[in-house]
Amino acid sequence: MNHDAPRRHRSRDGAWPLVFLAPLMIGVIVFYFWPILATFLNSFSSFGPFGDRSFAGLENYRTMLTDSFIPRAVLNTAVYTAIVLLGIPIAVGVASLMNQKGLRLSRFYQVLFFLPAVSMPVAVALVWRMIFNQEFGVVNWALGLLGIEGPYWITSPWWALLAVSIVGLWASLPLAIIILSAGLQGIPSELYEAAQLDGAGSLQQFRSVTVPLLTPSIFFLSIITAINGFQLFDLLFAMMGQANPAMADTQSLVYLFYSEAFRQNDQGYASVIALLILLIIGVFTLLQFRMQRKWVHYE
Amino acid sequence: MSERKHRTVRPRRITHLVLMLGGLLMVFPFLWQLSMSLSTQAEVTSVPPTWLPSEPQWGNYPAVFEQVPFLNQFLTTVAVTVARVVGQLLLCALAGYAFARMTFPGKNVLFALVLSILMVPYQIYLIPQYDIIQELGWLNTVAGIAAPGIFSAFGTFLMRQHYMGMPRSLEEAARLDGASPWRTFWQIMFPLSGPALSAVAILTALASWNDLMWPLIVATYDDRTTLAVGLSTLQGQFTTDYPVMMAASFMAMLPLMILFIVLQRHVVAGLAHSGMKG
Repeated sequence: MNHDAPRRHRSRDGAWPLVFLAPLMIGVIVFYFWPILATFLNSFSSFGPFGDRSFAGLENYRTMLTDSFIPRAVLNTAVYTAIVLLGIPIAVGVASLMNQKGLRLSRFYQVLFFLPAVSMPVAVALVWRMIFNQEFGVVNWALGLLGIEGPYWITSPWWALLAVSIVGLWASLPLAIIILSAGLQGIPSELYEAAQLDGAGSLQQFRSVTVPLLTPSIFFLSIITAINGFQLFDLLFAMMGQANPAMADTQSLVYLFYSEAFRQNDQGYASVIALLILLIIGVFTLLQFRMQRKWVHYE
Repeated sequence: MSERKHRTVRPRRITHLVLMLGGLLMVFPFLWQLSMSLSTQAEVTSVPPTWLPSEPQWGNYPAVFEQVPFLNQFLTTVAVTVARVVGQLLLCALAGYAFARMTFPGKNVLFALVLSILMVPYQIYLIPQYDIIQELGWLNTVAGIAAPGIFSAFGTFLMRQHYMGMPRSLEEAARLDGASPWRTFWQIMFPLSGPALSAVAILTALASWNDLMWPLIVATYDDRTTLAVGLSTLQGQFTTDYPVMMAASFMAMLPLMILFIVLQRHVVAGLAHSGMKG
């Protein structure tokens, strides 16, 4: 940070910082700072049918420990996140193919791989729901060609989770490719020339130049992909539908939060789930930062 | 020589094959959606699939407007998106400038506090935000759907980064002429913020247009909610009318998609920024 002559500025800025910051800060305090505190307080409260609240101590926390939906939701969310993370190696492959020097049609490919990034998750979820339809969906038709009888994707819990995860992976690819392309463009071409002089083939160049130099981007990408994965809601909600009987066994943590908070109107318990989500994301991100020393190469 | 040429041509062919097939897989849902939206119900549910309608059913599109309050939802979505984009551009630019260029007690602590918002998953905010909107009597209004999203820590961060990187000499001259910081900002700094503003605008428009959870809880009336919410509740009601559902979902995302394909380069740059959110 450069503060050239901070003292000189202080007197001249006067009350101006207040004028510039007040509009944002009022909203930030009302809609973000206060809610953090309120959610924390809510987690110790129980709410009556008419919104009347009373102090409940640790009751909501105790409920969570015995709620069998919680471990299932954590598991579902983890499975989804793990499958979506598999998109990163795919994206590394696609991005390095796409960013070869002088590749014709590269702009065209960019548009193709980029479309899901600007599409509405709910809208594409409805299309994917059709694609995975057990009777007339394209997936089961294709499986049928191979002599396999396709499963009931949308109504059986594990298959539904797999279907939603595949769509999540598909939807996560564009951003991954964009971030990795930026990383690839930052690799100096001399390194490839040097590797070529050493007699390295293209596969070996990929392994010993591209991948190591891309690890900072991959690390960064794995963190945001995981955080986004833990936020699974839109795709699940729109692909499964609220009335789906399989939802109880397919739901993510965020869906469980939503249904407790706004369907069951149990805001106290929902606040505990929100805090659990915060805890899981925090611990996971911390672990990833700890582990980065082992595999991320910074220049 | 000829052997080496051979070696470089070969992999390229495989490259194109892989990218072409992969790309097809990426756009297949959109093409399939378009095709189904112009098909009859019988064609959509046929086995094996009918890839193209024998005769395009253009009537599926007007039917959307009869079956759901699509126009209302569209206008609501546009209004919310415009409110959020304009609001964020103004507020984030102002605050970002103050954080980058002004000196006041507690600046760094305050900025760190604002950034800490980004590290907290939004479920933490959701219930109290809902309570506030309810208290204000803003449920089922554009104001209620737009309000929390107008205030953005991430947008402020991007704008601050942008102003940190601008030469100080620009505003020094204006200040020496006796212009107030307010005038200096609006006449000199804000007009020079194009790239940063476009990144904030693109990311906000995308998030706002596609947002599901927030409008789902604060706008529960069919004719006062956004397209995303309208679509997500469609399938319960119209399980039998798939082509109309496809037409509705296609129309819902078309405006933003066209806009963003036209602005492709800016969008890619903007999305590359969004990575920093983590």
